[in-house]
Amino acid sequence: MQQIEQEVRQFVIENFIFDNNHRNFSNDDSFFDTGLLDSMGVLTLVDFVNEKYGIPIEDDELLPENWDSVNRIATFVRARFSPAIDSQDNSAQNCIV
Amino acid sequence: MKATPSSFTSNALDIDAAAVTGALEHAIREIVFARLHRKGAVVGLSGGVDSSVTAAICARALGKDHVFGVMMPESDSSDDSLGLARLLADVVGIKTTVENIAPSLEALGCYQRRDEAIRKVIPEYGKGWKSKIVLPSLVENSQYALFSVVAQSPSGEMKRARLTAEAYLGVVAATNFKQRVRKTMEYYHADRLWYAVAGTPNRLEYAQGFFVKNGDGSADFKPIAHLYKKQVYQLGRYLGVPDEILRRPPTTDTYSLEQSQEEFYFALPLEKMDLCLYGKNNGFAPEAVAAAVGLSGEKVQRVYSMIDSKLHSTHYLHLPPQLVEPVEEVTATH
Repeated sequence: MQQIEQEVRQFVIENFIFDNNHRNFSNDDSFFDTGLLDSMGVLTLVDFVNEKYGIPIEDDELLPENWDSVNRIATFVRARFSPAIDSQDNSAQNCIV
Repeated sequence: MKATPSSFTSNALDIDAAAVTGALEHAIREIVFARLHRKGAVVGLSGGVDSSVTAAICARALGKDHVFGVMMPESDSSDDSLGLARLLADVVGIKTTVENIAPSLEALGCYQRRDEAIRKVIPEYGKGWKSKIVLPSLVENSQYALFSVVAQSPSGEMKRARLTAEAYLGVVAATNFKQRVRKTMEYYHADRLWYAVAGTPNRLEYAQGFFVKNGDGSADFKPIAHLYKKQVYQLGRYLGVPDEILRRPPTTDTYSLEQSQEEFYFALPLEKMDLCLYGKNNGFAPEAVAAAVGLSGEKVQRVYSMIDSKLHSTHYLHLPPQLVEPVEEVTATH
């Protein structure tokens, strides 16, 4: 599993899953369809991504396609990092594996 | 009789107000006198339609001399609230008292804690500023509905910032003091009068968790919790609730800037939310509800999903204290 997926998954487990029965969710599982997260959870995830990866999140980016699974978040983070990668920003590159 | 999907119209919520009133009167008498063994009811009066209808129906059921209204303004209350609550009490003929809860809230640090939370996203927020927290419109946006704070400086400049989780929880935790202090005051009067406390939520509020646990969510009985908002208005007109109250836009009356329930919680006009909840509860497909609500089937489906999401996320609010094992001697006597 790649680093961003691992970090997001670990954050979700530590902050939203309080029993062992629900830790086997897939990285493609919808947070909302599976009941893992509600809007408070999304708000917490937005803060996490903002702080962890230094990405300011605009209102029009708060869409299910960006936030409703571990893999969607990882894809979103990589897409936001792309310009930095293109401009050879090594510090940003080091954050995403 | 349950309606069929093809028959859904905007009149789906219409009730026979006289029949509903009769049934409510009977039920309230049975609950307060027979089940709760109390002499009457205390109602917190906000000047809104829900508390007005609750007070009016309790007065019909229990007698106006057995209903006590408590008005509890604080520093952020609208100027209209107290006047409208007094008007309702005069029309219904119940005794009331005014309890200014601002000093209690000040002592608890309600305003100071709220302002500190707001400063996490608007650092210059302070004395003389006004604020409210808002949701984006569900109709206009497909994004997740995350709260923002809207603040007005003393010079009138408006600022808006999306709340972080920490700031949001801090604002909500601080402002929840208001509902909890009010409920404490209602129970003071209920205890001294040997009355029960009437809760005032309508169905939208009750089902969607729009209440503060151990605050306005606390009560001995909730006589209109099964009624949709439109039905509460219908009942209000039948019971003679003054037009000034019926015309007033529903407000939380919790924040210093005027704030509708729609922008704070439901993210959709209440009349549309009402119809969507009714449609969903009665098995109507989104497409069957769409025309009556004035939204696309896709948007009604999003409202249905939001209803489910709120039912799930606010389930905790409805739960009584959880026991590790049942205590048989208590359950056996009920």
